[in-house]
This record gives sequence, structure tokens and C-alpha cells, in this order.
Amino acid sequence: MSITPYRVLVGPEGYLPPAAASRGILLPEKGEALIEGAIVPEEEAMQAIATKLLSAKNPFFFPGPQLLWDWKEGVALKAQAVKKLADLAGARVIPMPDYRPKYPMINPAVEINPNHPNLTIWHNKIDVCVFIGVHCHYANMALKIIRGGTSCYTIALCGEAGHEDAMISLCCMGMPELARLTEIIQSMKGEQAA
Amino acid sequence: MIEQRVVAPEYLFNEAEREEQFITGSEAVREAIKRANVDMAISYPITPQSESMHLVGDIYAEGYIKEYFRGENEFAVMSSVAGAAMGGVRVFTATGGPGTLRAFEAFPTWAGARLPVVCAFMTRGINSPLSIQPDTLEMAYMLDTGIIMLHAENSQDLYDMILQAFMIAEKPDVHIPVGVFVDGFFITHTRDRVKIAPPDLKLPPYNPYSAPVPVMDMENPPIRQMRDPFVMKSNFISYAAHASWQQEILAAAERSRRHIAHYLGNLLEAENETAPVMIVASGTAVSQSREAIESARQEGLDVGLVKLKSLRPFPTEELKAMTANAKAVIVPEFNRVGWLAREVRAALEAKVKVVGGPRVFGGMTMPPDLILDEIRRCANE
Repeated sequence: MSITPYRVLVGPEGYLPPAAASRGILLPEKGEALIEGAIVPEEEAMQAIATKLLSAKNPFFFPGPQLLWDWKEGVALKAQAVKKLADLAGARVIPMPDYRPKYPMINPAVEINPNHPNLTIWHNKIDVCVFIGVHCHYANMALKIIRGGTSCYTIALCGEAGHEDAMISLCCMGMPELARLTEIIQSMKGEQAA
Repeated sequence: MIEQRVVAPEYLFNEAEREEQFITGSEAVREAIKRANVDMAISYPITPQSESMHLVGDIYAEGYIKEYFRGENEFAVMSSVAGAAMGGVRVFTATGGPGTLRAFEAFPTWAGARLPVVCAFMTRGINSPLSIQPDTLEMAYMLDTGIIMLHAENSQDLYDMILQAFMIAEKPDVHIPVGVFVDGFFITHTRDRVKIAPPDLKLPPYNPYSAPVPVMDMENPPIRQMRDPFVMKSNFISYAAHASWQQEILAAAERSRRHIAHYLGNLLEAENETAPVMIVASGTAVSQSREAIESARQEGLDVGLVKLKSLRPFPTEELKAMTANAKAVIVPEFNRVGWLAREVRAALEAKVKVVGGPRVFGGMTMPPDLILDEIRRCANE
């Protein structure tokens, strides 16, 4: 008997989707990335991200605290690069400023929270989202909830090891990788305009 | 204190020239911690662990560790350790037996908070009834706390695994506690030949700013935020968030597999894995099994051995592969409940006969003849 390998696909997946890592999805090494659970070259994933963002009806970037605060050298520059990338992709920005649950109610028009990210996605009718600068634990926690309850396509641009629970995930994301992704989107937009 | 320099973990583990010393398991702990670049160690005495943290205190006095103190009891120690780890320092402690159970609430808390604590567990009997003698019963309780569990066969394993544990625990994609378990007295209180790296080398420091959760550094944003109890409400959103959080802890343990394989070689070791009778064991039961296998081979019996080094995560697929040709698997254990036999049975899915024993407990040693009897029985069936 063979078991079909688990794939990290757009939801809503159901009541309680599993952690992709517990279904055998492995994280990429540097220079690699994940597309829907499969390890691919980083360049291929960047192309896929560009395609997804440029074909989305309502894409959003969700920058987390590691990008929102100028807490170490280089962060401000990186934040500017991410803003440029979002603008270029025609994406809007909603921040995830911290991780504490917002009770009695979050304002989903202005922020997203890892404990109930679906509320912000539903409210803003977001079809593609990009996580960046969110601590890995909280990103994975939110990505599973989004996959479970929404039809939003999730992308993670991770400075560390990457995220199996996103539909596309890059790892080891630094300034050169951001620049390359920006370049690809710029080029793809040019081709679309032509 | 000898002036130390930071080296790559792979160099310290695999390449640095080692000196052989004839030392106890407790002294092996001291030698590991000396090279582990530990910021803080917190102790509370309990037999058979007391000597190891005493020796760690000695190297604090020599300048190898920045902070060291004795807690009020095991629960206080494990809670203090949690605070230290949340504050972003590399921290070490050790306990055993009733101390493990007294502190029990802390272990799932460590895992749930993604704390890369390294703790050595020198196992002994728990109060069933009271015994200070060798026994691995406490490990049964630890299996589902969310921590990574490595089991040392001897003092060499203990020295190596403690150092390796820090590297595994602190990986950003893992970042959960690692327990290094060792059979108390048999290892802690006996001398063995242990090959150790030069004392002037140490591991790279821990970088808490790569952690998957914010380090509680109150001086520097974006970190100036508490990790609130995230769900204390009775509604579906809270339940879903809690569930997703718990899944992430299990996912972190899954991710540790490749790091354990990188540093320890694999989650298990096997010899003569095509044999029709296999022994699957961990800890000092492996050493007793080696003796039994030697005798069995002299009798012409074909027996293999699987040494489990990691119990959480459990090497299910590897174990299936290593026992694929076996008609019987023998699981010797130093406890009355047979927790390892249960694990092995679950992994092998009734495809092979699993003999849950021999078992000894209450401080008894395990004569290799007990294992040899099972080998003969299985070989002749």
C-alpha cells in the first residue's frame, strides 16, 4: 500500500490541518525553497512567488516585529526593500506588530495577529499573503490556521530555516535574495506590460 | 581557567584530537559542560545526580560558567532554568528519579515555550516504593512532554550527547529542550575510558535572536514584549490557536531528526541487522546486550543489535528497516513497565514478534544470561 505524500495546498483544508513537518515535509537547505511541500531551487520558487503576486486580486504583505522595529543594523534598509517589493507587486501591507491575542476583538482592517489570522484575511478578502519578519513559531502557527480556514495562498520569506506550512517558502532570506525577488517581479511586470 | 577559543561544533565533535581519560559519568558531565560555553547552570541535589552538578559548580568557580546557584527544590530549578532560557542564555541543569517527577510540570512548559534547555537526567527508581537504585521508569513519564530524548549507553555517549544536545536544541527550526538520559549509578558512579576534546576549545555561543520566539530582552525592541498566555478564553479561536501551537512543538521535534542525524550519526545504530533475532535496546541495556550477543555467537546463534540513541523523536522508519529480516525482536529494559517495548511494538506494527523483556528493576543489575536465555528461546522457535 502506498500513501500519497502530503501536499501543502491552498485551503480551506478543514477543522484542524496537520503541521506539514509531521506529514514528512522537510525544510529546504540554503539555495533551495519549498513549493507546496516539494523542495525546489530557490530561483524557481521566486518565479512562482512573482507569478502568484502579480496574478492575485488582493495580495497583502504581513511584516512582523523583526521588520517593523529598527532593532539592529540593517533592519531599516531591509524594511525599505520589503516596502518597495510590496509596492512593485501591487500588494498592500498590514502589520503583525506583536503576538499577544487581541481581545475582545482585533481590528482586522489595520492589523493581523498569529492567534486568529483568519479574521484579517476574511475581512480584507486577501487571496495571496506574504509573511516576512515574523518569528518562526508564530508564523507557522498562523500559517496552519490560515490553511485550515481560508482560501488564501500563503508565502513565507524567512531569514532562518523556512516554513513547511506555507505554500511557498524561501529560507535564509537576506538583502541579496530580496533584491533578486524584486528583480524577478520587475521583469515579469515588464513582460506582462509588453 | 584555561583560556578557551570558540570552534565549529563539527570540529569539536569530530576533528579535534581527543585525550582518553578514565573518569566517572559525573566527571564526563563536567568535562562536557566545560566545553559547552554554558552561560548559566542551576542545581539541586538528588542521588545519583548530585555529584555531576557539584562538579559543574566547581567549574563555575574556575570561571567556565557565568552564573551558577542552587535552587530551592527541583521545581524551582526547572522554573529558574526556564526563566534563564527565556532571557536568552545557554543554560544547563540535571536531575533524576523523584527529582524528575517533582519538577514534572516544567518539562512540557519548556517545550511549549520553545526553550532550548539542555538537562541531563540521571535515572533512578521513583517512589514506587522509594528507592535510590538504578531504574529507567521515569523515562516512561517523559515520553510525551515534547522534549527531545537522547539515551546514553556509556560515559562517552554522555559526554558527546550533552555537547551535541546544545547544538540540536538551539537550531532555530527546532528550539525545544533536549534531555540527555543516562542510567544512574551504572554510568554516573563508575569509571570508564572517555575520549574528550582539548580543554581550550568550546562551542560557539547561543544566538537567541535567531530563536523562533522573541527572547525576553527588555532593553531591546522588537523584543520588548511578553509572551502572554495566548489563549485563556473559551472560544473556538482560542482552541484553534492552542492546537496549532501544540502542533508546532511536535513539528519542531520532527525537524530535529536531521540535526540529530548530523551530530550523532543517526537516531540509532545497528549491527548485523540481517539477523533473524534482533535485540533493540537503549542505555546500559545495550551494553548488557552486547555481552549476551557475544555469548550467543559463540553458541552459533545469529543475533543482531539495534541501539536506540534518540527516543524522541523515535526512529520508527529506521527501526523498521533494521528489523526487516527479523522473526523476533527482544527488548531488554531496566524498568517494570516496559515502556521501550511498547514503543517498539507500536513502531513495528505487529509485523514481527516483540519480546518485552527481560526486565529488571528496583536496583537490580541485568545479567547478560537473562538476555541470552531470550535469544536462545527466540532462535529455537
